[in-house]
Amino acid sequence: MKKLINRPEDVVREELEGMAAAHPDLLRVDPELQVIIRKDAPIEGKVGVISGGGSGHEPLHGGFVGMGMLDAACPGAVFTSPVPDQMLEATKAVNGGAGVLHIVKNYTGDVMNFELAAELAQAEGIEVRSVIINDDVAVQDSLYTAGRRGVGGTVLAEKITGALAERKASLDEVEAVCRKVNENVRSMGMALTSCTVPTAGKPTFELGENEMEIGIGIHGEPGRQRLPLASADEITEMLVTPILEDLPFRRGDQVLAFVNGMGGTPLMELYIVFRQLHRILSDRGITIARSLVGDYITSLEMAGVSITLLRLDDQLIDLWDAPVHTPALRWGV
Amino acid sequence: MGNSDAITLEILRRITEVMRENAEELTRLDSAIGDGDHGTNMARGFNAVLPKVEAMAGQPPSALLKTTATTLISTVGGAAGPLYGTAFLRAATALDGKNDIDERDVLAAFEAALEGIKARGKASPGEKTMVDALTPAVDALRAAVEQGQDLSTALDHAAAAARTGMEATIPMLATKGRASYLGERSIGHQDPGATSSYLIVQAIADVVRENSG
Repeated sequence: MKKLINRPEDVVREELEGMAAAHPDLLRVDPELQVIIRKDAPIEGKVGVISGGGSGHEPLHGGFVGMGMLDAACPGAVFTSPVPDQMLEATKAVNGGAGVLHIVKNYTGDVMNFELAAELAQAEGIEVRSVIINDDVAVQDSLYTAGRRGVGGTVLAEKITGALAERKASLDEVEAVCRKVNENVRSMGMALTSCTVPTAGKPTFELGENEMEIGIGIHGEPGRQRLPLASADEITEMLVTPILEDLPFRRGDQVLAFVNGMGGTPLMELYIVFRQLHRILSDRGITIARSLVGDYITSLEMAGVSITLLRLDDQLIDLWDAPVHTPALRWGV
Repeated sequence: MGNSDAITLEILRRITEVMRENAEELTRLDSAIGDGDHGTNMARGFNAVLPKVEAMAGQPPSALLKTTATTLISTVGGAAGPLYGTAFLRAATALDGKNDIDERDVLAAFEAALEGIKARGKASPGEKTMVDALTPAVDALRAAVEQGQDLSTALDHAAAAARTGMEATIPMLATKGRASYLGERSIGHQDPGATSSYLIVQAIADVVRENSG
């Protein structure tokens, strides 16, 4: 294992100490409890929006804490759900009296730990709602699985939901817009290489020089299909076709097209994918109204890409364009 | 069973030891069909449990198990934290107010723990999970207790059944948890959760046997 770390067991705490040192203007960080809170929380009368999940997906979620996005994030150990104590502390810290929304990626551990935290927060008199994000079309047969995973759509849900909460919308409205994003967003990812969890010391799975894994999640878990390596254009087609068929996206739709790097992919390659994505969507009469290209929800050093499409309407465009000021996303300020 | 509190503490020590020893193996199993962290997470959880329960000398078994539960929920993360946390919490409730635990109490605690895991995980047997090791273990324990076997023998039967149940997860298709995303590719791998469940039942049986007679 070759990593820029000190000791494997210290990576999350030291990362949080670094974030605290880098962004004192935006964040309050508790490296022991592992909670990242927006500097000016709680804000009176504003719905608190929090998320959390295993570490190793940076900048998700901690890099999205700040004005116009999340009020707090709870990072767990690498690829491991955080624990209810963290979510409970975060919920209390961001409660401005208007309730708190938990945005939860659909993984068994995340869902169970957030459920426990929500029960504890309700017992303390805080109104908590939860929205589960499950946008991964690679998981085909939901009846026989833990359900579709939450992947790239989570980034878009956090941005749009946070923007509405910033306008002091009610908990009902904030919850509704988060559900609307989830209902209109679909994603699919692939890997060229595996990744190594620091405490495990070796790659989570083996992938041959001329192989790729289609339909991966974001935890280095193997995907559904292993295929011979193909060209960027062919891979883009393999990822976008099931996305388009699933919602389905139709001629005349306006979309936000999000091409996400898994952590070890050059931006050059992400743009090569975006180029082909643009061609495929143009051929189908689908307009890319907004775009996002870069590493926003990663799997440590994995090389690979995920594509996310969100069908937009005027409300979602307006909220996407609203000002945001976080360590990883910043515009309009 | 006299010294129920001391034996409970010894069981928790043994489980901690076993989780440390098997951390790498559990993680290896989890890498094949999950995300490669089960061993690390279980070892971290019980490493946090041990100093807390060591400081509780003289308290009843239910108190020790309750502290184990809340500590696992606070430190393990993933799905295993809430699942094992719920299991130990339900076992603690089943043993509430009992200082001298007999085989019927142990059976009640095991039954409550299994029901807790099934409810929290919305899981049933045959889905390649902890439930596949624990269900046969509880069935074997119940049968042995009803036949009038002593606790140590009954727990040996339970551990043997847990082992068989764990091995039976190898050909299963996972339909719960992260392994389910693999579909057919989950077949041929032993489930890490069923493995840690077997290890816990075996540790309990070992300590009770060493302290009996």
